[in-house]
Amino acid sequence: MEKKYYEQIDETIYLETLANGLKVYVLPKPGNNKTFSVFTTDYGSIDQIFTPLHQEKPLHVPDGIAHFLEHKLFEDEEGDAFHTFSQRGAQTNAFTSFTRTAYLFSSTTQLNQNLETLVDFVQHPYFTEESVEKEKGIIGQEINMYNDDADWRLFFGLISSLYKEHPVRIDIAGTVQSIDQITKDLLYTCYQTFYHPSNMVLFVVGPVEPEETIQLVKDNQDQKDFPKVDEIKRFYGNEPTESGERHKTIEMNVQTPKCLLGFKEPPNDHYPLDGLTYELAVQLLLDVMFGSGSSTYEQLYKEGLIDNSFSADFTMERSFGFSALGGDTKDPERLVSQLEETIHTYKQKPLNEEEINIAKKRKIGTFMKQLNSPEFIATQFTRYEMNGDSLFEVIPTIEKVTLSDLETVLQRHFQPERSAVTKVIPKES
Amino acid sequence: MAEAEQFNVGGLRVHWQPNQKFKTTTIVLHIKAPLEAKTAAPRTLLAHVLQSGTASFPSRRKIRHFLDDLYGASFYADVGKKGENHVISFVMEVASEKYLRNESPLVPKALEFLLSVIQKPYFVEGGFSEAIVKEEKQALSQRIRNIADEKTRYANIRLLEEMCADEPFGLHPFGSVEEVEAIDPSVLYETYEHMRAYDQFDLLVTGPGSKEEIEGVLQSAAKELKDSEIIKAEPTENKIPSQVNEVVERQPIQQAKLHLGFRLPYTVDADEYTSVLVTNGILGAYPHSKLFVNVREKESLAYYAASRFEPYKGILFAMAGIAPEQYDKAVTIIKEQVEALKRGDISDEELSTTKQMLKNQILEQMDSARGAIEMSYQNVLSDKKRTSEDRLREVEAVDKEMVISIAKTIQLDTIYLLTTEEETA
Repeated sequence: MEKKYYEQIDETIYLETLANGLKVYVLPKPGNNKTFSVFTTDYGSIDQIFTPLHQEKPLHVPDGIAHFLEHKLFEDEEGDAFHTFSQRGAQTNAFTSFTRTAYLFSSTTQLNQNLETLVDFVQHPYFTEESVEKEKGIIGQEINMYNDDADWRLFFGLISSLYKEHPVRIDIAGTVQSIDQITKDLLYTCYQTFYHPSNMVLFVVGPVEPEETIQLVKDNQDQKDFPKVDEIKRFYGNEPTESGERHKTIEMNVQTPKCLLGFKEPPNDHYPLDGLTYELAVQLLLDVMFGSGSSTYEQLYKEGLIDNSFSADFTMERSFGFSALGGDTKDPERLVSQLEETIHTYKQKPLNEEEINIAKKRKIGTFMKQLNSPEFIATQFTRYEMNGDSLFEVIPTIEKVTLSDLETVLQRHFQPERSAVTKVIPKES
Repeated sequence: MAEAEQFNVGGLRVHWQPNQKFKTTTIVLHIKAPLEAKTAAPRTLLAHVLQSGTASFPSRRKIRHFLDDLYGASFYADVGKKGENHVISFVMEVASEKYLRNESPLVPKALEFLLSVIQKPYFVEGGFSEAIVKEEKQALSQRIRNIADEKTRYANIRLLEEMCADEPFGLHPFGSVEEVEAIDPSVLYETYEHMRAYDQFDLLVTGPGSKEEIEGVLQSAAKELKDSEIIKAEPTENKIPSQVNEVVERQPIQQAKLHLGFRLPYTVDADEYTSVLVTNGILGAYPHSKLFVNVREKESLAYYAASRFEPYKGILFAMAGIAPEQYDKAVTIIKEQVEALKRGDISDEELSTTKQMLKNQILEQMDSARGAIEMSYQNVLSDKKRTSEDRLREVEAVDKEMVISIAKTIQLDTIYLLTTEEETA
């Protein structure tokens, strides 16, 4: 068992990599009532074309299958893991993102039993034709719910404009048509390929004894057999450098238009900085240019072009990265031209050291706030882990980012040919 | 886990909960007045105008820079209703200097600022800045219009409008776009004066600091505040429906939103409150609840199917997102679950699981700063000093008979359906 103390934030983390490859992390929080655990596989909606375990040829699976699998894992011969957790007063949930599927619970009693239940239900697939068919009705309603959500449609509209080939452009839950093609055999194939312990991370945070918790998981895993696996081969298509669709308009039943301007990272490129530094540098830069303390934000707010819904974010994973700027606005065209104008102006002149220092300070403070949340620690730690970084290196990395890092990122990230604009506008009745 | 300690500094009632677990201090100033059609919009606009400038920091940007200096402290105004109270909340969260390099204490600076927001606003020639008022009117109007874009929220608001058409609870706390546009500067100023003179102020603080640190800064910062009286808003009577009101609204959407409103004669200040929570839990608050099991798991009718209890008004909501053609079936199943409760068709497991979930929820709530503050403000509003131990004990004491007697008082008032434009429902 490894142990690492992070002095600045006063947290200690314990890690053990088990014989089958599963990584188990424990972060003790002695004063808390609640224990939060999340069991994550490095498998998400983008893993759509891959070579199945012990096979040669790549397989293309239906859109939304990772999310469908997430729903179905809760069930076994006996019933439903939801109920097992509930009986102990524990809450459980799961989510699927572009790159990960995570199963979690929070509880204030019977931690050990709950932890075993979590690991056992995720490691025990049980699908029948009948239960797969039944789930299609429930997920169909989930998809329709998102179809009515204008912010969701806007966000996915942008990604599918930026990307032409990469499967990040596909809705995480798929479509009513695509999930109809899902069968129990396909679910087993995905399961066997992506749910091997060596592709997974278990994170526990709460009032726990690290040795005892890790031992518990070890004993549990020792009783199970997993086949030997090689590295998983995943295929993400041949993404062109330029964006797929520069302008897209979606008509919906909304009162106020919304729009997003986005930029994608060049595909399969070598980054000038390490991943964590790069991601933080783009985020700092967006804050300098468009944060609520910036002159652009003030100007746009005064003109009534933006409101509190405005945001400027950057997301980066192993195979893709993009920024998204915008929100509700009465005049999407004008907002976009103002945002582009600001970027253009920044690219013409040197950055201001003082503005960067303020943005760094704000980012550190925001990060401290997030560290109050066990959910944040567990899910984000896992995310960074799977990308080869550490959540607890975020503050030192922010402190180290330089003006010249931001200059580099500014010139590289914001390229017009890799940008796209998506609008949601009121439907003509 | 300490319960809130209450003390007064000058005219301000302070509720302090020390908690060494947190890396930040959370400060909430709740300002309460009765919920009324005439004052809802002006009070909401006032909150946003106050948030946008103080005498020392006369613009949103200047405030932002001050907050940046406090390591990106967060600060925002929030307006909502708690039953038939209109509550303005100013919320701040600031990092503890313990975890920052070479920093002096940030909490005193934050508190001083927060109190200046209500005591020392940015005035231009004796009134609020016209420019700020104009911007905030614009932003607030847009927010009100946008409510209609989030369908589940919209459906819930529409249900309340229909169900409580003659009661303050039917009002939206922001008012309407027309009401916001019509506010003139003198009305806004009067609203401010009225708030200072008559509203109930409660300051709730939780974090890793000390009482002395907070008391010290408040002595000087809060001295001009008047004594804050406890305002008892008289809840309007829960009207017993003579017949169920059914409302159908159509929009070009894909999923229908079904919302049912039930009345029951209990609120948070009743002794039966905890029994109501258990009853609601068995009906629809959890994945083992009757609504989830029957509407989602058994019939695959919905992705979400749940119920929620509004503790300050005594209304229970049930909701589900369904395919439009499943309307009759879904309503029948939901009604049937309420009838099952009334008949006592409740298994021991449903009862014990629900109690476990509720206890877990109470303990988890104490782990979060906002959760702990919410619980302590509920004590202020209900005038019941329930500690977390009391709450756990009360949950434990609820039995099946108590649940049945609560269930028997539940009466369906209104069914609201937001559905597609085709004639399928």
